[in-house]
Amino acid sequence: MTISFQINGQAKSMDIEDGNTPLLWVIRDMLNHKGTKFGCGKAACGACTLLIDGEAVRSCSYAVKFAAGKSITTIEGLGNKENPHPVQQAWIEEIVPQCGYCQPGFMMATAALLEKIPQPTDEDIDKNIINVCRCGTYYRMRKAIHKAAQIKAESIDPINS
Amino acid sequence: MSKTNKKGKKVSRRKFLVRGGLGTLGVLAVGTYLFRNPIRRNILAYANSMDMAYMGSGMEPMIWFEVTSDNQIILHSPKVEMGQGTFTGLAQMAADELDVSMNQIQIVHAQTDTGNIDTFSTGGSTSVAGLWQPLRELAATMREMIKVEGAKKLGVSVNEISSENAQLTAAGNSITYADAVKDVTEWEVPNTPPLRDLKEYKFIGKPIARIDLEAKVFGDPIFGLDAEMPDMLYGAVVRPDKIGATFVSSDTSAAESMPGVVQIIQEEDFVGVVARSYSEAENAKQAIKVDWSVERDWSSEEIQAILQVGEGNASLIQKEGSDIDDSSEVIEMEFSSPIGAHAQIEPNGVLAYVNGDKATIHISTQVVNLTRKEVAKRLGFDEVQVNIVPTYLGGGFGRRLHTPHAVQAAVMSRIVGKPVKYCFSRKEEFQHDMFRPPTHHVLKANLDESGMIKAIRHDFSSGDVAIDSPLLPGFVHSILGADVGAIRGGFCQYSAIPNIRTVSWHVELPFATSWWRSLGLLANTFAWESFMDELAVKSGKDPVSFRLAHIQDDEAGTRLKAVIQAAAVKANYTDEIVDGRAMGFAASTDAGTPCAQVAEVSLKNGKIKVHKVTCAMDPGVAVNPDQVKAQCEGSIIMGISASLFEKMEIRNSELSPTIYGPYQMALMKHAPKEIDVVLLQGIDKPGPVGEPPLGPIGAAIANAVYRLTGERLTAMPLQA
Repeated sequence: MTISFQINGQAKSMDIEDGNTPLLWVIRDMLNHKGTKFGCGKAACGACTLLIDGEAVRSCSYAVKFAAGKSITTIEGLGNKENPHPVQQAWIEEIVPQCGYCQPGFMMATAALLEKIPQPTDEDIDKNIINVCRCGTYYRMRKAIHKAAQIKAESIDPINS
Repeated sequence: MSKTNKKGKKVSRRKFLVRGGLGTLGVLAVGTYLFRNPIRRNILAYANSMDMAYMGSGMEPMIWFEVTSDNQIILHSPKVEMGQGTFTGLAQMAADELDVSMNQIQIVHAQTDTGNIDTFSTGGSTSVAGLWQPLRELAATMREMIKVEGAKKLGVSVNEISSENAQLTAAGNSITYADAVKDVTEWEVPNTPPLRDLKEYKFIGKPIARIDLEAKVFGDPIFGLDAEMPDMLYGAVVRPDKIGATFVSSDTSAAESMPGVVQIIQEEDFVGVVARSYSEAENAKQAIKVDWSVERDWSSEEIQAILQVGEGNASLIQKEGSDIDDSSEVIEMEFSSPIGAHAQIEPNGVLAYVNGDKATIHISTQVVNLTRKEVAKRLGFDEVQVNIVPTYLGGGFGRRLHTPHAVQAAVMSRIVGKPVKYCFSRKEEFQHDMFRPPTHHVLKANLDESGMIKAIRHDFSSGDVAIDSPLLPGFVHSILGADVGAIRGGFCQYSAIPNIRTVSWHVELPFATSWWRSLGLLANTFAWESFMDELAVKSGKDPVSFRLAHIQDDEAGTRLKAVIQAAAVKANYTDEIVDGRAMGFAASTDAGTPCAQVAEVSLKNGKIKVHKVTCAMDPGVAVNPDQVKAQCEGSIIMGISASLFEKMEIRNSELSPTIYGPYQMALMKHAPKEIDVVLLQGIDKPGPVGEPPLGPIGAAIANAVYRLTGERLTAMPLQA
């Protein structure tokens, strides 16, 4: 079947044999965007988190057929080195990553959180950021999430910055 | 990570071959933890130093540095980057002796084709410490070699030249390193120059941002599972659910006709499938029916029973004065820790291509050399026919010291004649991990009239950590009698106690156990430091001064005392409960690095909540203090996870859970909101960093809970 969607602002039409193929593998192996990671295949760790129409989705357990007509954002589309997303900027300033493997999933989940709750409390973060990091970078991540909220607010409202 | 790779453009490079033969291998200070028999003592030092040092052969030419035409230095690292920050530390060390700035140095994993091979592993918290001397010497020698060439080009003598920012200057004339060396065909290698004083370094000792930070924030394809080759296929291998299962027969007929299947693989030791895509390979694997034979059923309870101190073989590993006096009052406690999984987020995986008489293996591995040996052996190749291309690791923690999947992928690739990529499913990760072994501990002590410890004894039992490991020669175990991994943290660090016995008990378990970050340290320290807390209470002293009173003023003791005092002061340690929160204190010495921690804990609906951890550690020279702190923070959170939640169970020989969630781990909400790290520098060289801070956390939490409830928690995972 042909499935069309937007990914990182670009329209794509994909020829997919099995519409139940997890979106993760279409993105990693067919579109060659490797920033979205495979961790568990059961939506339990969040390493594969990306945005579909602005919502954080665990793409290892999301059939590609459901992506038809939707807009997908991966870590590659969140920002780039010249123009980082506030979440990426904050991650750099706080030197968050260790091994780095789970980090794109956390950054995508954080980007979605900040759209819903621009100034999240610690409780908001605890409730919404539920991915798994084995290196234990949560302590710096929390600081980075608060900082990202601040950077985002300043970029939207330069007068108050 | 190299700029040239990222942009895909090819620049001509000059390859610098610097011969090894530095011979300056670090040796782990075993301190007072001596084996009395000198042969055993030497073997222990040797076994420990193996993971301390850089173990390059020193005989073959090795590429350490390249200079690109745009004046960038590329350092080929024999150690892998798995999050521990080694690349950044190594780059700082090289830059400081090479006289280049941090943005003029890049670092890549050395492929085995370059000859820069560490014959041991990346592990044991030893990469920066082990390369401290040799890498700086190499960089300094390299700098002098570049100067020799620059002097010829500038028409001056070498000692007139100064070097800075990858540029040579003499008498007002300058030349870049790249220009100085671009035509060199034969190098003059000078004697190794003296290294600079610590104070002169611009980068060593500074909190430089991680060199891989941007790659990791922008999602660059740097990990093992990100590797690609043209015409690549996907493999999957069938694994049993039960421990001890052996292959009987398989029925692959249903799988053969599944969509995308290219070939069913039937080898004498595994059954697998190669397909066009990951999903097709996984689906076909599910359709392969395998009969496994299982000799008997195992349960967690049976494992616990054979693990008791007193079962298996005993080895006396520490002996001071006499044994416990059973005729006077003996204080005795028992502790235990469960089977732990590595649970690193990037599953084990590999991309292999066997093309004629050459094999190329892209892999997240901590044992580059061993991976190559094993692949070569199976293929019937010489080792030089196999090029291991190490990638960034999506977590190591000891899990990637075993890479038999590289062999399987290579076999599959040779059969289908194309590159084959394959990785574990999460269920396979959990059931076929090389687990942290469960442990059992018995501690006994006599106190004297003044409440000081007169005699102490620690008996601990553990499954294998290092025994039978291909990383250590077999004679290590047969001579030592003890498992060099399981004994980490098992010794008594309280050197002023006159009578000490430590006995390591070894039992064989029916499933694979192995190296898990910090090895025996986590469980041994939990037992030791919970017991010390109990003894402090029994003697009516506060846990800080009680510990200090039992430590001698030798070098190790002075450093241990300093971290204990620093942690207590920084945390404002008190025995009082304030706002429902109590503090727990614990300290450990691991591989020469002392660390003390204070955990601030409350109980809510019976659940343990860790609010704040104060950590004082003396790693010697912190090459990158920010990353040393990151290792402390990460170890504390991983330690909280292991201490409060993690546990593998065995039912009917099946290991479970097989997925995150049921295998509970610390999440954001469990991480302390405050982690305060204080670094001391008690010696003038770097020591181990990545594992020592995992020691105290379990006991620190348990000791805080004791202050809240009056109940001593003796089993991990801790439940109040």
